[in-house]
Amino acid sequence: MSENASTVPDDHVTATTDDRMVVAENVHKTFGRLRVLRGIDLEVHRGDVMCVVGPSGSGKSTFLRCVNHLEKLTAGRLWVNGELMGYRQRRGKLYELHETQVAAQRRGIGMVFQNFNLFPHMSVLGNVIEAPVQVKRERRQEARERALALLDRVGLADKSASYPRQLSGGQQQRVAIARALAMRPELMLFDEPTSALDPELVGEVLDVMRDLAREGMTMLVVTHEMGFAREVGDTLVFMDEGVVVESGPPREVLTNPRHERTQAFLSKVL
Amino acid sequence: MSTTTEPPRPPGEPVPGRPEPEPIKAVPVRYPGRWIVAAILLVLAGMLVNMLVTNDAFDWPFMLDNMFTEPVLVGVRTTLILTVLCMAIGILLGIIAAVMRLSGNPILVAMAWLYTWFFRAVPRLVLCVVFGNLGILYSHLEFGLPFDNYWMPWLGFDGDARFFSVPMNDLLTAFMAAFLALALSEGAYMAEIVRAGLLSVDKGQTEAAQALGMSRGKVLRRITLPQALRVIVPPSGNETIALLKDTSLVSAIPLTTELFFQLQAVGNRTFNLFPMLVAACLWYLAITSLLMVGQYFLERSFTKGDRQAQTGVKAMQSKAGA
Ligand SMILES: Nc1ncnc2c1ncn2[C@@H]1O[C@H](COP(=O)(O)OP(=O)(O)O)[C@@H](O)[C@H]1O
Ligand SMILES: [Mg+2]
Repeated sequence: MSENASTVPDDHVTATTDDRMVVAENVHKTFGRLRVLRGIDLEVHRGDVMCVVGPSGSGKSTFLRCVNHLEKLTAGRLWVNGELMGYRQRRGKLYELHETQVAAQRRGIGMVFQNFNLFPHMSVLGNVIEAPVQVKRERRQEARERALALLDRVGLADKSASYPRQLSGGQQQRVAIARALAMRPELMLFDEPTSALDPELVGEVLDVMRDLAREGMTMLVVTHEMGFAREVGDTLVFMDEGVVVESGPPREVLTNPRHERTQAFLSKVL
Repeated sequence: MSTTTEPPRPPGEPVPGRPEPEPIKAVPVRYPGRWIVAAILLVLAGMLVNMLVTNDAFDWPFMLDNMFTEPVLVGVRTTLILTVLCMAIGILLGIIAAVMRLSGNPILVAMAWLYTWFFRAVPRLVLCVVFGNLGILYSHLEFGLPFDNYWMPWLGFDGDARFFSVPMNDLLTAFMAAFLALALSEGAYMAEIVRAGLLSVDKGQTEAAQALGMSRGKVLRRITLPQALRVIVPPSGNETIALLKDTSLVSAIPLTTELFFQLQAVGNRTFNLFPMLVAACLWYLAITSLLMVGQYFLERSFTKGDRQAQTGVKAMQSKAGA
């Protein structure tokens, strides 16, 4: 901070006018000797929806968790909204960010999990206002009003006093989306948001996500819902064994996969 | 009786054109063994009551005269204060030690491990005696607790703890030794309970909270610890009861204002010991029962979310049935 103020820090290489929300550059991640991500390069543009598909264990979740630094990369760089995640870079040297700084970076990134992870000891309303009140120090009354508006938006205005366990899976997942939106994120990460749902409940969650995409939210969605990917996605990425095998406009990738591995995977899920 | 009661209505509409089946009427299985056992127990209970009433060793009037005297009541107070104080500090120490154990910082992990290892390994009776004799190590202590001259008398105890050159005997009153021994020991047990509680909370909870931008401390305070309480509270009730009973050990320090010592002293003085031992049993039974009532309500309040979920399910079911 006290250094020469005119030095442009390297971790802001991307100008604020850059329309890239996520930039992943040769992202690697290993767990012990298991190499889960082996060089992921991709960009998500502002307002775009990128869908990620691939076989189980191919590293989709791990990559998503790297984006908000729930996992530390082993190698490579990852920027969100122009900020290098988890590190400060000065003159080519990396400095780990303090835990509270990482927490601050995560505030602009919403995440929705496969099994909802709602806080069971709090009411639906409590879940949604928790982060705005505790993290952003918003006034309780304001946070409440916004939370109720968000719950209305996901069609659950009448459930604000319920507890998570009283709700169906689809309702819980919609609450989880409202909870993430309450922090006014610029990027939303979805990790198989409908995989734990009964088939008849999948639609209600996809509807909410579709609305969100239409309103211009930048979204990175790991999913097996090919219909959703085709309809809502701007880009479809096929991942396998820790690398991006193929990516492009969803219609193209789905109808005309170029790679054998993509073809094999799609023949199984379509 | 059973012939007049209505058969329970099956859910949904009866199948049209099909008669309702006859409710089952069967002779229930008889359990003659139960009656035999009950009869034996009744006889034994009668013998017990007979002994309690006729055996002069109980000397009930003497016991009643002596179990509510001034020194005994002071003993009850000391026992209660010691229990509550040591439990409160024990819970605090337990949370701190548990968080240290789970922090991932090797120094903190080692410190917490060492602490729990030591204080769980040494028996409480031995701890009490050792703390009572710490004055042998240092005759004077060079620092003290702040404002002791205010709060020590306020709590109703003698002695003070001045800065610089405090005689150990003044600082380490019998009460202080008892407090330290029991609180530190309790903290070690609570550490394991709290740790188990924190580990029982799904990792997804921490991740969801972190993804919302919460710091580690906030995740602990707002998300993991409140959920861990459901696992922590029931064994803590047992810990409180165990601690209450272990306060009887502090007479070895010796802290003589404690309940059991007082009751025993009356018995020894009057050469009528047995009634006072019965009085001790009754006192501990009474206080423990009181604690158990408290534990019941505490546990109820910590499973609130569950119960509300259950009533919610019931409401949904009845709605579906209607
Ligand atoms: N914390 C972890 N420790 C060790 N291995 C892990 C961990 N997280 C994920 N893995 C492994 O990484 C691989 C990729 O996992 P994941 O990213 O969850 O795949 P996907 O979401 O595509 O199914 C799997 O083999 C999994 O076992
Ligand atoms: Mg996954």
